[in-house]
Amino acid sequence: MRFVLSAEQKLFAETLRKLLADAGTAAAARAWAAGDRAPGRRLWASVAETGLFALAVAEEHGGAGPLPVEVVTAVEELGRSAAPGPYVETLAAAELLGRTGGSLAGTWLPRIAEGEAVVSLAVPYALDADAADLVLDGEGREAAVTGDVRTSLDPARRLFAVEGGGDPTDFGVLLCAAQQLGIGQALLEVSVDYARTRRQFGRAIGEYQALKHHLANVMVELEFARPLLRGAALAYGTPEFTRDVSAAKVAASEASYLAAKTALQVHGAIGYTDEYDPSLWIRKARALYSAWGSPAEHRARVMRAL
Amino acid sequence: MDLDFGPEDAAFRAEVRDWLRAHVPAEPLPSLETEEGFAAHREWEKALGGARLGVVSWPREYGGRGASLLQWLVFEEEYYAAGAPGRVSQNGINLLAPTLLEHGTSEQLTRILPPMAAGEVIWAQAWSEPGAGSDLASLRATATRADGGWLLDGQKTWSSRAAFADRGFGLFRSDPESERHRGLTYLMFPLDAEGVTVRPIGRLDGKPAFAELFLDKVFVPDADVIGAPGDGWRVAMSTAGNERGLTLRSPGRFTAATERLVGLWKERADPSDTAMRDRVADAWIRSRAYRLKGFETISRSDDIGSESSLNKIYWSELDVALHETALDLLGADGELESEWLENYVFSLAGPIYAGTNEIQRNVIAERLLGLPRGAR
Repeated sequence: MRFVLSAEQKLFAETLRKLLADAGTAAAARAWAAGDRAPGRRLWASVAETGLFALAVAEEHGGAGPLPVEVVTAVEELGRSAAPGPYVETLAAAELLGRTGGSLAGTWLPRIAEGEAVVSLAVPYALDADAADLVLDGEGREAAVTGDVRTSLDPARRLFAVEGGGDPTDFGVLLCAAQQLGIGQALLEVSVDYARTRRQFGRAIGEYQALKHHLANVMVELEFARPLLRGAALAYGTPEFTRDVSAAKVAASEASYLAAKTALQVHGAIGYTDEYDPSLWIRKARALYSAWGSPAEHRARVMRAL
Repeated sequence: MDLDFGPEDAAFRAEVRDWLRAHVPAEPLPSLETEEGFAAHREWEKALGGARLGVVSWPREYGGRGASLLQWLVFEEEYYAAGAPGRVSQNGINLLAPTLLEHGTSEQLTRILPPMAAGEVIWAQAWSEPGAGSDLASLRATATRADGGWLLDGQKTWSSRAAFADRGFGLFRSDPESERHRGLTYLMFPLDAEGVTVRPIGRLDGKPAFAELFLDKVFVPDADVIGAPGDGWRVAMSTAGNERGLTLRSPGRFTAATERLVGLWKERADPSDTAMRDRVADAWIRSRAYRLKGFETISRSDDIGSESSLNKIYWSELDVALHETALDLLGADGELESEWLENYVFSLAGPIYAGTNEIQRNVIAERLLGLPRGAR
């Protein structure tokens, strides 16, 4: 047994983290929300160059996967960066088409593997369907969008109703959990930085135990959500996958939402503003808390499996 | 990255499971926090030691079998799944022994570890004092130089297992001019020595789980000093690290308790009570997280250091929540004497001992997150 990332897996995550850190993801997310997709598209292209999308596509369709551990690790980095766009949906669609097969798979999987196709998936809303080359319902069938964009708490999440709707796939739920974990990690880091520098009553607010303990609680929850996520990735293809994915989703939802509420409290009034960047992560944390199945639904799934 | 057990691990698991199936008492032993129960648990430790199952990860020469940490985790899973008795030897095997293995002389290892492994000598910890709890470095009990050894004076308290144990270990101020964590010495002493008075203290449910120790010129030979005189704080901190890490509460305890909780839920729960279902789900999810974290910890090549504080908060709060959920499922029976209640009372001490969870949160904030150290 060796339940830590291999050197290659770690290197891949670090490469992606560095790429995203230098890519102006927050500005891209703001532009995306305002309808300017160019920066987000450029970001998508550079992420695709790392070979990420091929990791969710089987070899017979031009990919190298599915490699759940690698994909989960990469999506955690995407979450940390708040990069806009349907990354989770495209990767989840790749896995879904890999199972459903047929002509859609034959046509689209090679394009997804190359990073050339942006795909949205109804869970039940389809994220960024207006920016997608292909929209699928929950069964992996091509589906039509019905109606205009629905406004999300997170303006970088442009949601659309889709004919036929759909339930989340287990693989997609796992990736959403990975994204949430990355969001939580980013919020913890920005909150710690703020607490070290913001001064009140003549001292850094991070000296106060009340804040220290809030932030320590966030770290505890994040650090114990991560093994659930990686354990679930390793359970891909086994009968326990559904159960383990739901456990990971509950833990990641609770941890990232706690991170968001704590970030808001630690930052005080500035954290409550739109213009200060932590808002991008705070809003996304709440939006994803109940996307891809609420914690209550996933707790129920865990208990059904027991 | 994988979660696979090798064939040797599987064979080891089978051996442990078979032995436990044949030997675990059909009826639970009386509480180990009572005189009668303590004696029964001592006998159980001897049986475990006889099968070389008391301390599987220790070297063979001291009574272990040189098992890997993964096999130790496997042992713990099987142990708790079998409903085997609580470990009355815990202070010795989990707190003192790791310190001895790191800092002890070969004479100490040879003299002290085999009887500990065999369940012949049961150890009590003697860290806290009336004025030194979370602030352990303010301790005042003294060790004064004497011919061939030291004389111990002062008072220790909350000394778990001391009501019925054989020997104790703790820190004493050996340099009267010293302050805080300097000038302390780590010593071991017999609880039946001349000058030692043991006054048992009833824990929340009245059982004498710990004791006060009054020490009046208790002689300890030089051979029972661990590490160098005056270097006790550094020596003891290696024990504290173990205590907060995996050894104090291995994941097996929670995995097994959660299995039982799920069973209780199936038997007792109102199916429409989704709030209760969610609490049981959370206990299961968190037990699994702690188990996986354990596998991660033993897979790492580096020392987890202050990260052990993350573990301590996680397991101690899980333990309380899990047992509270069980009592709530039991409804009106929740207050009646039962294994659930015994373990609930036991769990309530978790957030307090081995460094309160507030101290652990300070450690996390300052050493792991890098927040500034503030006024104390």
